[in-house]
Amino acid sequence: MKRRVQRSFEALVELAIKLAGVASIVFVVLILVFLLKDAVPVLSSTPLGELVAGQQWRPTSEPAKLGFLPLILGSLVVGAGALMLAIPLGIACATFLSEVVPTHVREIVKPIVEVLAAIPSVVYGFVGLLIVGDWLRRTAGSAGEALPGPDWLTAALNMPTGMAAITGAIMLALMTLPTIVSISEDALNAVPRSYREASWALGATRWETTVRVTLPAARSGIIAGVMLGIGRVVGETMTVLMVTGNSPVIPSLTKGLFRPVRTMTATIAAEMGETAHNTEHYHALFMLGLLLFLITFAVNTVADFVTNANKHVETR
Amino acid sequence: MALRKSTLYLVLVVLTAGLIAGCPKPEVSEPPMGPGEMPQPPADTASVTTLQAKGSDTLLQVAQALAEAYAEKVSDVEVAVTGGGSGTGFQALIEGTTDIANASRKIKDKEVDAAKAKGIEPQENVVGHDGIAVIVNKDNPVSALTIQQLSDLYTAAINDWQAVGGTGEVALMSRDTTSGTYEYFREAVVKQGDKDTDLDFAASIIMLPSNSAIRDEVAKNTAAIGYIGLGYLDDSVKAVAVVNDAGAEVLPSVDTVKDGSYPISRPLFMYTSQEPSEATAAYMEWIMGDDGQAIVADEGFVPAH
Repeated sequence: MKRRVQRSFEALVELAIKLAGVASIVFVVLILVFLLKDAVPVLSSTPLGELVAGQQWRPTSEPAKLGFLPLILGSLVVGAGALMLAIPLGIACATFLSEVVPTHVREIVKPIVEVLAAIPSVVYGFVGLLIVGDWLRRTAGSAGEALPGPDWLTAALNMPTGMAAITGAIMLALMTLPTIVSISEDALNAVPRSYREASWALGATRWETTVRVTLPAARSGIIAGVMLGIGRVVGETMTVLMVTGNSPVIPSLTKGLFRPVRTMTATIAAEMGETAHNTEHYHALFMLGLLLFLITFAVNTVADFVTNANKHVETR
Repeated sequence: MALRKSTLYLVLVVLTAGLIAGCPKPEVSEPPMGPGEMPQPPADTASVTTLQAKGSDTLLQVAQALAEAYAEKVSDVEVAVTGGGSGTGFQALIEGTTDIANASRKIKDKEVDAAKAKGIEPQENVVGHDGIAVIVNKDNPVSALTIQQLSDLYTAAINDWQAVGGTGEVALMSRDTTSGTYEYFREAVVKQGDKDTDLDFAASIIMLPSNSAIRDEVAKNTAAIGYIGLGYLDDSVKAVAVVNDAGAEVLPSVDTVKDGSYPISRPLFMYTSQEPSEATAAYMEWIMGDDGQAIVADEGFVPAH
């Protein structure tokens, strides 16, 4: 009798766990279906090519112009800027924590870096708007006359407002840093000590070992960390909404980083409240959401692929 | 006893299909919240009736002042005020999630049609008049502008302060598309009152979520120009005199809006459905009465009569 109760209890627990696992897949599929359902109707009024490559975003004008290009490029500029700051800094920080610093110091510093991840994004927006943006504008702002020099430098030194892509990039870099540092540091730690010892035994210096043996060995983990960072950067909403100025311009090649931009995420957040259900604007916003979903999905898939591909190599 | 792979897939498919099929098509649902909004307290059960007033950011301060004064007068009615822009307010009225829609612009035909489709006929009440102050930084030498110049600035036909008497690049501050002030400014200033023209805001405008955000940015940025409701004008920024039809340079104030000499002014509205609840009707009547209008005047707007 007791055995039978035990066995059915176990079966029940197993079923519950399996349902929980299945549930997450179901949620992702449902989100995709929900997005598709409300995004596809926009294609009946605007073909996909025009939507994605359209150069003007004026949803409340008559007639409405729904072109995603300024928004996509806006997200791209802010994202690329953030990653250019966060990736070198993150990997360097992870290397420092893993290879240079003694264990007891690492155990203090690593949690402090991880605190950066715990700060709410609206606080980052607040700090970005009032402190970073303002500082950028005052030190680099309207010099009144154009200084001699390359175009981008003049633009950088003549910011008419602190609310620009670069402010968003700086704040996003701060937000992504803990992700990249944490995962890269774990990857570096996971490299067997024997690799390093072999390298030293062959006469390599600590720097040579780090750069030529340890980092390449931890490559898949570091890339996974970077990919997660990319996902975070593309999806961040509140900070960029508060800090980038929300101008739906196509960022220029030379000056774009130092001028206001509008990201895809901020557009959805700012405009969803006023849009009547089932209007063209509503469906266009869903299409934007679908685009974001697909981008993050693609980034995660590539990250997975890269991580697994390298795993096969390492276990040889 | 482990589940076989095929059973697992079967469960997965059945669950997904069931969930999709079972989802009712959303007929009337709460519109997603914009950045200016807060979640509302649940409509009350026992003694206190809660009224919802949503929409215009221009009306936010005066709506809150009215709500607080009314709460002192009538103890069993509470008014919850939220922002989000006039567009958000109209959307909520259409969806039935607000009793009163605060608006700094007239309701659009599209919105009236959408409301009628849901059985709601919006009733318009003018609760006051508002001037739109054009503001620049205190260090900016420009002190007067014509509507044509304002239009040129905001369409980026001019992008340097030199053309109008200042120095440096222009940073255009604007509200975002949910704002009634944005819509009104576009029609009255950017389009210069002509509905059929193609003129529109330049893509390079910086879209900020509220009157106070615009005022704060203009206060600290010498290159900035912005537009805010008269009630938000204070000493941290400089108001630009606008040249009216008679050629006079007029600074915005309650008096110049009242006598019509200031050219950029508009009525402020509160819309309700055609059959508002008793509490809502009583509240609207109080707002239009002497007490309510005194508060409207206190907040820097021109009373409706």
